[in-house]
Amino acid sequence: MNDKPEKLIDKKGLRLDGRKPEELRPVKLEVGVIPNADGSAYVEHGKNKILAAVYGPREVHPKHLSLQDRAVLKCRYHMAPFSVQERKSPAPSRREVELSKVIKESLEPAVFLEYYPRTMVDVFVEVLQADGGTRCASITAAALALADSGIPMRDLVVACAAGKVDDTIVLDLMDTEDKLGAADVPVALMPNLNAITLLQMDGILTHEEFESAVNLALEGCRKIYTMQKEALKTKYVSVSEENKEEAEE
Amino acid sequence: MPILLEKRQLVTPGDLIAEGEYIAGENTFSEKGKIYAARVGIVEYETKKIDVVALKAFYVPRTGDIIIGTIIEVGFNGWTVDINSPYIALLRASDVLSRPFKPQKDDLPQVLDAGDLVVAKVVSYDRTHDPQLTVAEPGLGKITRGQIIKITPTKIPRVIGRKGSMISMIKQETGCNIILGLNGVVLITGKTLEDEELATRAILKIEQESHTSGLTDRVTQMLKEEKAKEEENKK
Amino acid sequence: MISVVTRVKQKQIAQLIEEGKRLDGRDLTDYRQMKIEQGIIERAEGSARVLLGKTEVVVGVKIEMGKPFPDTPNEGVLTVNAELTPIASPAFEPGPPGEESIELARIVDRGIRESKCIDTSKLVIEPGKQVFVVFVDIYALNHDGNLIDASALAAVSALLNTKMSNYEIKEGEVKIKPGYEQLPMKKHPITVTTAKIGNKLVVDPNLEEEEVMDARISFAFDDDNNICAIQKGGSGYFEPQQVIEAAKIAQTKAKELRKKLNW
Repeated sequence: MNDKPEKLIDKKGLRLDGRKPEELRPVKLEVGVIPNADGSAYVEHGKNKILAAVYGPREVHPKHLSLQDRAVLKCRYHMAPFSVQERKSPAPSRREVELSKVIKESLEPAVFLEYYPRTMVDVFVEVLQADGGTRCASITAAALALADSGIPMRDLVVACAAGKVDDTIVLDLMDTEDKLGAADVPVALMPNLNAITLLQMDGILTHEEFESAVNLALEGCRKIYTMQKEALKTKYVSVSEENKEEAEE
Repeated sequence: MPILLEKRQLVTPGDLIAEGEYIAGENTFSEKGKIYAARVGIVEYETKKIDVVALKAFYVPRTGDIIIGTIIEVGFNGWTVDINSPYIALLRASDVLSRPFKPQKDDLPQVLDAGDLVVAKVVSYDRTHDPQLTVAEPGLGKITRGQIIKITPTKIPRVIGRKGSMISMIKQETGCNIILGLNGVVLITGKTLEDEELATRAILKIEQESHTSGLTDRVTQMLKEEKAKEEENKK
Repeated sequence: MISVVTRVKQKQIAQLIEEGKRLDGRDLTDYRQMKIEQGIIERAEGSARVLLGKTEVVVGVKIEMGKPFPDTPNEGVLTVNAELTPIASPAFEPGPPGEESIELARIVDRGIRESKCIDTSKLVIEPGKQVFVVFVDIYALNHDGNLIDASALAAVSALLNTKMSNYEIKEGEVKIKPGYEQLPMKKHPITVTTAKIGNKLVVDPNLEEEEVMDARISFAFDDDNNICAIQKGGSGYFEPQQVIEAAKIAQTKAKELRKKLNW
């Protein structure tokens, strides 16, 4: 079917897509894309295309899930059947269930849930196209959607992965690198609090390699964080600029 | 000990605004002597208190607020009301009827039915109970005509303007009566549909551009231009 | 109905931990008393029961024949499933696996799979067509905290206990011969879970400590002390230095356990 490349990093030290080991894929972020949702965001990270929408805080359904002292955060990570090489069944897979849980847990520390007892905040993430690192891009999108919804937050959450490929620690693995590489370490960060809210690994690493990978992933996170802030501000900056121009005429 | 950002600077959640002896105001929080933004918005401060004027927020009820709501359901002894908030409000039958509710005699849907609009006041709300409303005061009660628009509640003060200057100007230019619910719901009642639509556009423009300066002048100009166009078309 | 740790007790637990002590008298990096029994379910090809303090987990291994995955025609298949049975806790409800049990199964799976614990190349009957499928089913019987480490231990113990019937291929069909072989295994992964309570890291949290903790992080190690799986869980967070510290603590504990178990 597909030819497996022999080397993931060539003699010049470049990866299959031409990147250097510490290079991020191109990232594009847009906020407020789904008019019906209370908050929303669209992320393109490499070939990943991910949409996140937030509804809430709103009434809890079913009622017995309601908490007396804070809001409940629910998260659904789901991949579209056409998002991957071989069509995926629309029914939630075990992987999607696990990712829904870890993504929820990566966002909870950032939201002031205790301000809104007896309500529910729903976060929906749909992966329209996948190419490795979807859970990280999903977290980046979901945090933007939460900020866009106007729910108070301690910090944004941003995520990026690092890993090991051909004996080299690399940043932001794409799908082939993830499948054929030695390890993949996704990390989510609240940058201002320097708090890691998601950390997983599959593969094999020595302790030293693990430390390098985490630090590289955190660097990647901070780069994407700058873009997140810009994306949130862009909506409002463009309106001021328009008005400045009108005034100058 | 510094305030690190200028007034009217745009911030995102988690941005550090100030360090030291300051008070964390609206849409901010403090941790270990530092004040951070909790929402996307614009930094404002008066001496010691630091606020972030949020660009988008939803309405959380406060006792005494005048709001505009939609009846959702006629219940056992009252109504549940959508007040554009995460919390659903309750309006007791006894409050509306101004006397104890008699289930055999009183037909609640006749008084207020699902889909009706009311102007009401929040009489109580806390973390453990849903907000309770009253309509037993002058100026409150069922709405029978007009247009309803929803804007983000944090912009209502901007629509009011300094000492009511903005809202008075809109009322004057459009000839409409306007009730501003603190929950972001606005009722516009005018003589003609065009007048109501004009007022709607003015208010939506304020919502979009609330963070910019010179807004009052621009809105006034827009209204005057539109009125002039209307006069032209009538001829 | 979920058991709630009273606020008074929560404070007590947190305060003690600040001082480096735990309610049950353990040090911050001590495991509870551990007991492992193998071969308790004769019908299964392999089985084990682990008691970790009062947490009890049973794992049964069944081996069946099936198709290999299309991209690995020369390897057998591993499937890990976990049940948080209602027997184990008032918090568990009957029904299809929820997110907790799926996460648990996948963490244990990762440790076994990434460490290359089972030699799946030796589980091939006919390349691309028929292989052995190893079903590892985790059954929680009593939940008193740290189901992850207990389940991971029980899973590897059960695999070590697993025997496969000898077979031969006659006329294109698999025929069972007398005799058994141990399941071919190369590594013996060990998982260590650490909880963050206040600013301290605590190994093998019991149920009360889990209810008080900010977050937990689990590290799985292979026989050469490489990390082969990591999972952070819970709604709190770790600072980067704490992650590194937890990894070091976990590695030390894994080495200790490995020596004790003779794996």
